Amino acid sequence: MSEKTQTTRRVLAEYTYEPPPVERGYTGRTLYVNLSNNTIAAKPVTDVMKEKFIGGRGFGLWLLWHGVKDDTQWNDPENEIVISSGPIGGVTQYPGSGKSLVVAISPTTHSVMDSNVGGHFGPLLKFAGWDAIEIQGKAEEDVIVVIDGPGGRITIEEAPDVPVDTHLVGHWLIEQLAEKEEDRYFISSVSAGTGAENTLIGCLNFSFYDRRRKAPRFKQAGRGGIGTVFRDKHIKALVVRSGPVRGDSNHPADLQRIARVGAKLHKEIHDYDDEQNRMRKRGTPYLVQIMNDYDLLPVHNFKYGSHPDAVKINGDVWEARFTQGLPDGCWYGCTLSCSHAVDGYTVRTGPYKGQTVIVDGPEYETIAGCGANCGIFDPDAILEINFYCDTYGIDTISFGTLTAFVMECYEAGILDKEKTGGLELHFGNAEAAIELLHQMARGEGFGKIAGQGIRRMKQIFAERFGADPAFLQDIGMEAKGLEYSEYVTKESLAQQGGYGLTNKGPQHDEAWLIFMDMVSNLLPTFEDKAEALHYFPMWRTWFGLCGLCKLPWNDIVPPDNAYTDEPAKIPDHVQNYVELFSGVTGRKVTADDLITMSEAVYNFQRVFNLRLGFGRREHDAVPYRSVGPVTVEEYESRAERYDKQLQETLGLDPEKMTTEEKIAALREYREEQYQKLIDAVYKRRGWTSDGVPKVETLKRLGIDFPEVVAVVKKYL
Amino acid sequence: MKVLSYDPDACVGCYICEEVCSETWFKVTDAEKSSIRIYDDGQGGLSAVFCNQCGECIDVCPSQALYRDRKGIVRLRKKLCVGCLACVGFCPYEAMFYHPDQPEPFKCISCGKCVEECPAEALTINEQ
Repeated sequence: MSEKTQTTRRVLAEYTYEPPPVERGYTGRTLYVNLSNNTIAAKPVTDVMKEKFIGGRGFGLWLLWHGVKDDTQWNDPENEIVISSGPIGGVTQYPGSGKSLVVAISPTTHSVMDSNVGGHFGPLLKFAGWDAIEIQGKAEEDVIVVIDGPGGRITIEEAPDVPVDTHLVGHWLIEQLAEKEEDRYFISSVSAGTGAENTLIGCLNFSFYDRRRKAPRFKQAGRGGIGTVFRDKHIKALVVRSGPVRGDSNHPADLQRIARVGAKLHKEIHDYDDEQNRMRKRGTPYLVQIMNDYDLLPVHNFKYGSHPDAVKINGDVWEARFTQGLPDGCWYGCTLSCSHAVDGYTVRTGPYKGQTVIVDGPEYETIAGCGANCGIFDPDAILEINFYCDTYGIDTISFGTLTAFVMECYEAGILDKEKTGGLELHFGNAEAAIELLHQMARGEGFGKIAGQGIRRMKQIFAERFGADPAFLQDIGMEAKGLEYSEYVTKESLAQQGGYGLTNKGPQHDEAWLIFMDMVSNLLPTFEDKAEALHYFPMWRTWFGLCGLCKLPWNDIVPPDNAYTDEPAKIPDHVQNYVELFSGVTGRKVTADDLITMSEAVYNFQRVFNLRLGFGRREHDAVPYRSVGPVTVEEYESRAERYDKQLQETLGLDPEKMTTEEKIAALREYREEQYQKLIDAVYKRRGWTSDGVPKVETLKRLGIDFPEVVAVVKKYL
Repeated sequence: MKVLSYDPDACVGCYICEEVCSETWFKVTDAEKSSIRIYDDGQGGLSAVFCNQCGECIDVCPSQALYRDRKGIVRLRKKLCVGCLACVGFCPYEAMFYHPDQPEPFKCISCGKCVEECPAEALTINEQ
C-alpha cells in the first residue's frame, strides 16, 4: 500500500517501525505526529497512564494536557487531536468493544472536548502498533497521514488530489490503498468534509468496511467541532491499515473469561432484543416513539415534547427503510447491531444530486434534532440532511439544535427573509433547512453565520439585529458553547443537571436520568439526585476509558433485571464489565473500582477546564428553555401540568394569575431548584461550592500531581 | 445434505461420541472440544446437542467466515473468522461451541466419525 501512495503523492515525512505486539490490551506506545514540522515519533505509555488514565479518553486528556498551554486556542498549532480506543477496544467477543475516543480543544466551547465514535479506526490503530495517535501542528497544504502496520511505515503525504467530503474520500482511500478485496477489511479512515472547514461544528467520520455491502461505512465523532480542528490542521484523512483481526488480537490476560461473558450477552441479545428494544431491527430510532409518548421528544426548538406527526418518523418507519438481516455492528461482534443504513438512497439536492448512496443511520439524535426539533416529519428530508451532514463533516446534533434555534428566531421576528438571504426558516421548512446546510458547507450566506453555532449566533443577532439578549439566552439551547443533544428536560431536574453539570457540555453520554427521576420517581431528594449525578456520569465515563459503547450496557437487559436491587444500574452487566476489564488487563478489580477509575479522569478533565479558564459554577449554567416554559404558548400548551405545580408546590392560585405571572413564579422556583441541585452535586463530587475539585479529592483519587494541584489552588 | 441424527432411546450415555469427535478434530480426548454433546437430565433422560446445518449462523457472522459448502454443510473458514462468537450466542440449538485454546468456534460438519464408533447405533447420518 505505501509504495502505491508514495508513487502518486509527495511524502513529507516518513517513519519506519516494527509494530509491537499487543499485550493485555495495550501496545505500550502512542504515536505523535506534528504537521508543522513534519515529525513522527513514538512515545512510551507509562505506568501512571495505564493505572490512572486507563486508555481512550483518559489517554487523550493526559496527552492533550501535556501538549497545550493554558492559553491555547482551538486553532493554534499546538492544539491537538488525540484518538485512542482503550484496553478493551478491539475485543471481538463482547458487543460494543470497538469505540474510539477523540479529544481536542473545541472551537465552540474553547475548552476540552471529548467525543466517542464507532468504526474500526481505534482498534485497527492498536493492532497497527499504537494505543493512541496524537496530532499536533498545522500543515501548510492539505495532507493525509498513512499508518501502515503490516508495512511498518507511517507517512505524511501531500494530498492535493484527495477529495474532502467523506463519502468521496472514504471510497477513494479504499480504492487507492487496497490491492485486493481482503485488504479492504482492515483499512479504516478518519475524515471530515467541506462543512467542517467552513463551520465551527465539524465532525469526524470514522470508517469501517462493510463486507456485505462492499463499501465503507461511517460513524461520527460529532460533538464540539473536532472536525473543524481537523480541517484547520489541513488534514484530509488519517488512514490506518492493520493485519487481519483475530479473536485474540487484543492478547487478553484471560480469553476464556471474556469469551464466557461475550457468548452470554450474545445469547441474551438473541433471546430478548426482539421483545425489548429491537435494536437489531431499528437501532436507536426505537426511541422516537417512547420519547414522544413521555413528552420528551424535542419539538420546535425544545418548546414541546411531542407532536402528532412523530408517528411519521418513528421506529416502525425506519425499520421499514433500513435494510434488514445484516450484521450491522460498527465493530466485530456487536450483535446489538444498531449501525443500520438506508441503502440505495438517491440524493435530491446539492452537489451530489442524483448520486445513489448509502445513508448511515439516521440515529435517534439525528431524527429528533434534524426532524422533530425543526418541525420536519418527512423521513426523506431527514435522510437528505443526514447524508449531507455526514459527508460535509457536520455534527447532526449541533445542526439540528441550531437550526431549530434559527427557526424559532425566524418565527419570533428576530430573523426575516432579508436577514437570511431569502431562506424562509420557519418550523417545518425542510427545503430551507437543507439549503442552510449547503450554505454552511460552502461557507456562504446565512449558513456562514449559522455554522458558528448558537453561542455566537446569540451575540450576532443581538448586535446586528437588535434582538433581546435575554430572550436569546433563554431559547438558545446551548451550554458551555455546545448545542444540546435531543431530550426535553423540563420535568426532570436530575437531567437538567445531567446536561448542565457535564465536563464538555450538554451531551447525554454523561448521564440520562429522566426515567429514573421523572417516570419512576426514584430520585426524590436532592441527595438522591446528587448520588445519581455522581454514579452515572462516572459509570458512563468508564466506557470511554476502555473503548466501549454504552448501548450494550442498558439497551438490552437480562429478563430478571427488574427484580435486582438496583435495576437502573443493570447489576448483571456491571459484573460483565468487571470480568471484561480483568480478563483483558489481568488487573483484579471490583465494580467500585471502575467508578474510581472514572472519578480520577473526570476530575482531571474538570481541572483541565479550570486550567483553560472554564470549569466553575458560572459555566454550569443552563438556558431556561431546558428548565421550564419560556413563552406564553409554551406554558399554555402544558398549562395543566404547570398550574398544578404552582398550586401544589408553591401554594399559589393559578386562577388569579396571568400567564406571564405564572411563568415568572414557576421560573423563580425552578431556577432555585437547579441551584440547590448544583450545591448537592458539587458536595457529592468533592468540589467546592464554586465547582472546583478540592485538593483532598484529588489526593483521594491519586491525581494530586503538582501541576494539577497548582491549577485548583488558584480557585480555592 | 448430510445431517447427523440422534436416537435418545438407543443412546446408552457412554459419551464415546464426544471422545471420538474431539480426538478426530483436536487430537485430544476432551469433551469440551467435542462438536456433539450428550446431556443427562439426572433422571435417566439423555439428549444430544449438535449442528443440524440450519445455517442461521451464516447471516450473523460479521466477517463472512461461515458459509454453506457445495454439499450443504455449514462450515467455518478459520482464516476469515474474527472470533466474535456471535454464532455461539445466536445458534438456536446452542450447537456452536468454543474453547479457550483457540479463538475460533467449532461445530459439527457431519463427518460421521461418531456414527462409526457409537456402540449403541444411536447416531446416524441422514440425507436431507
